[in-house]
Amino acid sequence: MTRTTRRNFTAGLGAAGFVAGTAPFNIVRAQSAALKIAVVLPRSGYLAPAGQSCHRGALIAPKVLADYGHKVELVHIDCESNADVARTQTERAINDGAQVVVGAFDSASTLAMAQVCEQRKIPLIVNIGAAPQLTEQGYKFLVRNFPTGGMLVTNGLKLIKDELEVTKLDAKTAVFLHANDTFGTAQRGAMDKIFPTAGLPFKLLESIAYDPKAQDLSVEITKVRALNPDLLIVVTRAADAIKMVRDMVRQRFEPKGIISPGSPGLYDEEFYQALGPLSDYALYNLPWANPKSKMTQALEAAFKPAYPNFRFAVECFNVGFTFEALLVAAAAFKKAGTADGTELMKAVRETNIAEHVMIGPAIKFDDKGQNVGIPSAAVQNFHRTPTVTLPADVATAAPVLPIPGWQKRT
Amino acid sequence: MNLAIVLNVVIQGVLTGLMYGLMALGLSVIFGVVRVVNFAHGEFAVVAMYATYLLFVGLGLDPLISLLPIALAFFAIGYFLQITLVNRFVGRSEHEQFILLVGLAIIIVNGLLMIFGPDARPTNLPYSLDSFEIGPLFIDTARVYSAVAALLVSAALFAFFRYTTTGTAIRACADNLTGAGVVGLNVKRLYAVTFGIGLACVGAAGSLMVTIADASPSLAQSFTLLAFTIVIIGGLGSMTGALVGGVLIGVSEAMASFFFAPSMKSMFSFALLVAVLVLRPQGLMGRRA
Repeated sequence: MTRTTRRNFTAGLGAAGFVAGTAPFNIVRAQSAALKIAVVLPRSGYLAPAGQSCHRGALIAPKVLADYGHKVELVHIDCESNADVARTQTERAINDGAQVVVGAFDSASTLAMAQVCEQRKIPLIVNIGAAPQLTEQGYKFLVRNFPTGGMLVTNGLKLIKDELEVTKLDAKTAVFLHANDTFGTAQRGAMDKIFPTAGLPFKLLESIAYDPKAQDLSVEITKVRALNPDLLIVVTRAADAIKMVRDMVRQRFEPKGIISPGSPGLYDEEFYQALGPLSDYALYNLPWANPKSKMTQALEAAFKPAYPNFRFAVECFNVGFTFEALLVAAAAFKKAGTADGTELMKAVRETNIAEHVMIGPAIKFDDKGQNVGIPSAAVQNFHRTPTVTLPADVATAAPVLPIPGWQKRT
Repeated sequence: MNLAIVLNVVIQGVLTGLMYGLMALGLSVIFGVVRVVNFAHGEFAVVAMYATYLLFVGLGLDPLISLLPIALAFFAIGYFLQITLVNRFVGRSEHEQFILLVGLAIIIVNGLLMIFGPDARPTNLPYSLDSFEIGPLFIDTARVYSAVAALLVSAALFAFFRYTTTGTAIRACADNLTGAGVVGLNVKRLYAVTFGIGLACVGAAGSLMVTIADASPSLAQSFTLLAFTIVIIGGLGSMTGALVGGVLIGVSEAMASFFFAPSMKSMFSFALLVAVLVLRPQGLMGRRA
């Protein structure tokens, strides 16, 4: 039997201390073989169509990311289009071990989640959410790979100017009709600020806010019809975009153009299915998937067999941005080599991803956590398919303005 | 201000209000007789919307026709529900009734979400994009048909309560429950018939609502709230009050949207509710307790 000397005892104690001291790191590394990401999306409630579309992107992401050498484990959470639910579910997901949070399509929900992530020091990567305050409130654990409302409107208005020039449309007046949710209100703020200096050739007669949960928009359209603008500039969601067009047809109001400076609604599958040919010619200026990117092609290849009833061309906006948010998280995890929130966030902020899905330069974040390099494209519906019409170098068709009357659609 | 446009807005408000009124009528009838507030009212309306959607997609039935079988089916559901479930809670404290019906509402909404998903289901009727052009006015064809149907269903209900023996017996129960029992009326059966009638109303209203709104589980809560607002404004238990309240809400929402901001229309509905509660707590057509 070996006698325990003071020297042996001290050496043993030191070794035990070393093992004990490094054990937590081993645990972290063991837990972090795959990065556990909570994907919070509005899969029910009034934002459900877009939330479901983002969800489809999240569901195919692990396989595509694995092909690029990233291992992620996703936890899918429905925030029910409700900011309070988003907050409580994010808290719960973090308690259950989520190391990164991605979400949440809706700015109001994302703001609620940001507070939780900030407190818990867990990185929050915004897939879609344009309210400027997300990156203006000094959150240290939040980045956004999506344009702000101001960026969307600035890019969108510039493209409207280009569209009018290319089509030689003489538009003298416009009405701005927008949803009064967080996103729509942010867009309104950006319009109020940017439109006067945007140099557009038409006058903005009035801005009209509406409740996106309203059962119909007949009064709103009556109001627009009374003003009889040449252009209707809209910020919508899917369900209210359908109501808007229906009421325009019923009231036989035919503007020369229906243009969104950057919002969902006009390209959702639900919009095409509900309206058929009436959905054609709506124009929206938005960031869009780059069909020439290899990663976009890989994503599309994974999407098609997984969702034979959905079209990637229609879903690429929601699917693309959701995938990119997960890509940012996975790439940061690879770089940091740990799932520790602070270290991971440091790596997220240093992101520099040249090959990605959406049109634009490498994904990078500024000091506020905002990717400021996301451009927009002018996309118009032709035969119920979103078609890029500007900028010319990526366009596959020319923009059509004025749009044909409702009765002249086939 | 163009008067024709204002008139257009008022007419749209009246037409929508008549459909709202029919929906609220069911709530008012149930409360007026059974003294149970149906907190799952909007949820039943949405179930009727989905049933109408399915009949349209599956059999091509127009909602103006399918409202009849749906109203009958809802009568049966209401009758069964009252006998098996709600009757046990009649006379019990209000919070117990509240929990029962809110629980039912949650089950219905989540059931709909599981079956149909969260996406809105449109019923694309051949005339849903048509409108009547009367001089400078454009009035939605679907809305006119639905409002006329709502008026007919309401008139049939009024006639039932006034001219039939069962209707008279139900009114007797509402007026004097003890007296009704003393003269030998089967109160439990009459309660079940009343609950059935209330749900038939909401079934018919749900069928008509698909002409102006797409079926979606997320509509349920707003329908319940809307029905409550209308019934409180019109007077709890008053059938005429429900119709008047519906039209008032429809017009006030439309006018508020037009003259102020569309996003403020709910604020005006609730302002009207508060004004009625302060100035005439029993509602416009209600009787003072």
